[in-house]
Amino acid sequence: MLVLKEVHARYGAITALRGVSIEVKEGELVALLGVNGAGKSTLLGTIAGILRPWQGSIHFQNQAIVGKTPEQITRLGIALVPEGRDIFPSLTTEENLRLGAFTRKDRSEYRRDLEEMFSLFPVLGERRGQLGGTLSGGEQQQLAIARALMSHPKLLMLDEPSLGLAPALVDQIFELVARLHRSGVTILLVEQNVDRSLAIVDRAYLLNTGSIEMSGTPAVLRTHADIEGIYMGDRRRNLSAER
Amino acid sequence: MINFEFIVNTLSLGSLYAMLALGLVIIYGILRLVNFAYGELVMIGGYTLYLLTGFTPLPWVAIALFAVLVSMFTSLGTELVAFRPVREKSLTAMLITSFAVSTLLQNGALLIISPRARAVRLPQIFSESVRIAGADVPWRNILTIVVSLVMLGLLSLLLRRTTLGIALRAAADNFRMTRMLGVPANTVISTAFAISGIMAGVVSIFWIGRSASVTPTIGLPPLLVAFVATVIGGMRSLVGAVVGGYVYAIIISLLGVFLPQTLLDFREAFMFGIVILILLFRPEGLIRSKTSVERIG
Repeated sequence: MLVLKEVHARYGAITALRGVSIEVKEGELVALLGVNGAGKSTLLGTIAGILRPWQGSIHFQNQAIVGKTPEQITRLGIALVPEGRDIFPSLTTEENLRLGAFTRKDRSEYRRDLEEMFSLFPVLGERRGQLGGTLSGGEQQQLAIARALMSHPKLLMLDEPSLGLAPALVDQIFELVARLHRSGVTILLVEQNVDRSLAIVDRAYLLNTGSIEMSGTPAVLRTHADIEGIYMGDRRRNLSAER
Repeated sequence: MINFEFIVNTLSLGSLYAMLALGLVIIYGILRLVNFAYGELVMIGGYTLYLLTGFTPLPWVAIALFAVLVSMFTSLGTELVAFRPVREKSLTAMLITSFAVSTLLQNGALLIISPRARAVRLPQIFSESVRIAGADVPWRNILTIVVSLVMLGLLSLLLRRTTLGIALRAAADNFRMTRMLGVPANTVISTAFAISGIMAGVVSIFWIGRSASVTPTIGLPPLLVAFVATVIGGMRSLVGAVVGGYVYAIIISLLGVFLPQTLLDFREAFMFGIVILILLFRPEGLIRSKTSVERIG
């Protein structure tokens, strides 16, 4: 469904992606793991059309999407829930969801989808008239995911949905991702939480300083003895490099 | 001195300023661009009034509507021709472009019409007054208030009830995320410029209605009023623009009443002194936006 071949991208002067090739098949839940600064968000941004790769190709359903605008890519059926959620703070919960359905024109379908979201996320139903900026972090994350679902995406990309949430909410979010996957949504999940991610995904890629270091099923990645070692080691290295 | 007449006149001025400020801030909210060619839209509206009242037998209402349309299409045209090509480059490029557009439009009026003021024939009602509660209230001021309330109502309806309007508000919060939901950037920006042009067009009717003449440089005072009003009210909020417009009018009217005759010439200086005081205590303007999110892109 989504195929990236040898994608290189720069973020300002920094080379953020160095020849990344990944694939997500229809119906799959694929995780993109790696530490801060590994290039995970850059990769999602490049797929979503915010960044333009200077080399490499991206195909979605056999269609080249490099060079298309973010709005065109959304219309093809790719929805991104960005890191930090990017809820519209001065819009109500319901207005946020209404914009999520912007690419869909049928008004009665919109009503039905809205009710479906409120049953999937009951707290959003309680907050439907409340401004997005007044919601708690967990509520905003649910709203961001619900907003993306309103467009009926063929591919849902989630950027660190568990970031900054209380442990109980993290459980909820991972359960939700697993449930969405079971219901047939194709998902590309970016996470730092390795264990939790490997527990629910079909396959995973490990991204390190802009290139794919390892890939495979959770079992393969888990049996690789020093995955945590690499992970933690790199985290320290990257943190000191950031200073 | 602060009687019924004063209140109606101040409200009328405030309504005019509120509309002006709204037209400026609706573009600023989305693009972070202070459109310095905004005043020229008022000028274009004014010249449309001059040409149509002088050289056609059309009824005044039709002429007024036409002036609003011309102002709106001029605004859309400047966006399409001047701003869109430089939009991706930088904010500075857009700002310089707005100066260029402003100068071009002014020089166009100089060349095509005349550097001298042209008298605009106004309908009878603009010079008539009505006696309410013992005060003579000009019809023009009552009309200004009524029309601006209708405009504010329509705009509020558009922004709250229609998907496009919600998208406009969302774009002011976070333009990139709005685009990522599939909302075309050009649609949002064109709509903002259209609204801006409509506001300037409506203002031009009443602005010209006060002076009954139009010159190529008539756009500067409304631009300044709009800019100062948005600064007072808060650049990030549409409500702030409206509040700023009314506050501006109230301060300037009160200064007109309370300043001694000898200082009346310095009314503007006092006005800006007060604005500085307001900004010292409320640097973000009177109405703070609910968001402190930085817009990228």
